[in-house]
Amino acid sequence: MTLYFLCFILFSIGLYGVLRKRNIVKIIMGIAIMSYSVNLFFVLLGYKFRGRAPIDAHDQGIVNMVDPIPQALVMTSIVIGLAVMALLIAISIRLYEKYGTLDITKIRRLKG
Amino acid sequence: MELHILLLFMIFAAITAMEVKDLFSSVISLGAVGFALCLAFLMLKAPDLAITQLVVELLCLIILIRATIRKDLPLVVEGRWVFNTFTTVIFLCVFLSFSWLALRELPSFGNPLMEVVRKYIEEGVNKTGAVNLVSATVLDFRAYDTLGEVAVLFTAIIGIMAVLRKPGKKNHGDAA
Amino acid sequence: MTGNYSREDMSLVVKTASRLTAGIILIFGLHIILHGHLAPGGGFAGGVIIALAFVNLLIAFGKETRLSRISENVASKLETVGAVMFLAVALLGFFGGTFFMNVMTKGEAFNLFSAGTIPLSNISIGLKVGVGLFAIFLALVILERSRK
Repeated sequence: MTLYFLCFILFSIGLYGVLRKRNIVKIIMGIAIMSYSVNLFFVLLGYKFRGRAPIDAHDQGIVNMVDPIPQALVMTSIVIGLAVMALLIAISIRLYEKYGTLDITKIRRLKG
Repeated sequence: MELHILLLFMIFAAITAMEVKDLFSSVISLGAVGFALCLAFLMLKAPDLAITQLVVELLCLIILIRATIRKDLPLVVEGRWVFNTFTTVIFLCVFLSFSWLALRELPSFGNPLMEVVRKYIEEGVNKTGAVNLVSATVLDFRAYDTLGEVAVLFTAIIGIMAVLRKPGKKNHGDAA
Repeated sequence: MTGNYSREDMSLVVKTASRLTAGIILIFGLHIILHGHLAPGGGFAGGVIIALAFVNLLIAFGKETRLSRISENVASKLETVGAVMFLAVALLGFFGGTFFMNVMTKGEAFNLFSAGTIPLSNISIGLKVGVGLFAIFLALVILERSRK
């Protein structure tokens, strides 16, 4: 319970960065922190006390493993997070070339 | 208990990454968050995720450093700074209080439900032949998820190629 | 190695160290991919490690290497090959009845050649992730260099 709440605090720090910061690189880092906390929350949900890693061994029976499904979901999510972050950085490089700044309040033409 | 300390470290590093002025130091703090996450995965008995997070964090740091080098931007404080920060913090407090209400309904930490996965664990080795149950889940039981991941990665790479294409072609063919 | 290095190049120490370690990193990535069904790892982690081996070389040796002459075109094509391989492995399941069915023989557990189609899927995903991430990095670096 406390761990879940700490995980949500981490998420809210990322959200604060996305909402409040004006530098695009800081916003991208906020998105990365949010994705970290969501990944950690998934794995926390699947943890079992005194559980083993979900890999069979020669000498041990199949007893008391942690939940492998959240780990499988998060495994794809990590790589997708990297690709999405690279896409965001590519867009930010383009914006820097076009406007000469990374400040989102100076990028006028994006204002709708 | 170790997980609490690790999470507090991650929160501290995240605040540092958000609030420090220098962009390079900020990127390094983000790296601290990522490597602490790798350690947390290792403590939560997820070695596959620990390996993946470690190498992904390295590549992520390299890409971020290449993007932010020589592009430092002085952070100006102007306008309605107090009002904006106050509104954001109020919103985050409301969000956290509602999340506190919602989190009480979840199963407590360390006692997951594991209704579906019991079958996977018992019959996984006989059905798929793979000893690593995470691999069996990713590539056999839930392979549609991996197919979607492949599609998303493909789309992201196509997007990057489209965004970063060579300049100058736009002026020739743009008749309209 | 040519003796005249420009301002963008790294020092000799970095070049030698990365030349010596790149092959080891590549072999480690292949090991992670091939043992994905027996040990922690798998296609995703191994693919990123393979991408890191090439990124290491690209950072150390700069633009003049033969590596950057592998254009993004080749990288994109190889990535498409990985995706098509994964789909082909998935379509193999129709021999057994359904999409993604594990039709090949399971073999004996704890052996390298076991688990049916899972190693094939691991190899294709490793190819796709590694080449795709390397293509992303190549695009970013080439863009950065060509601006100046």
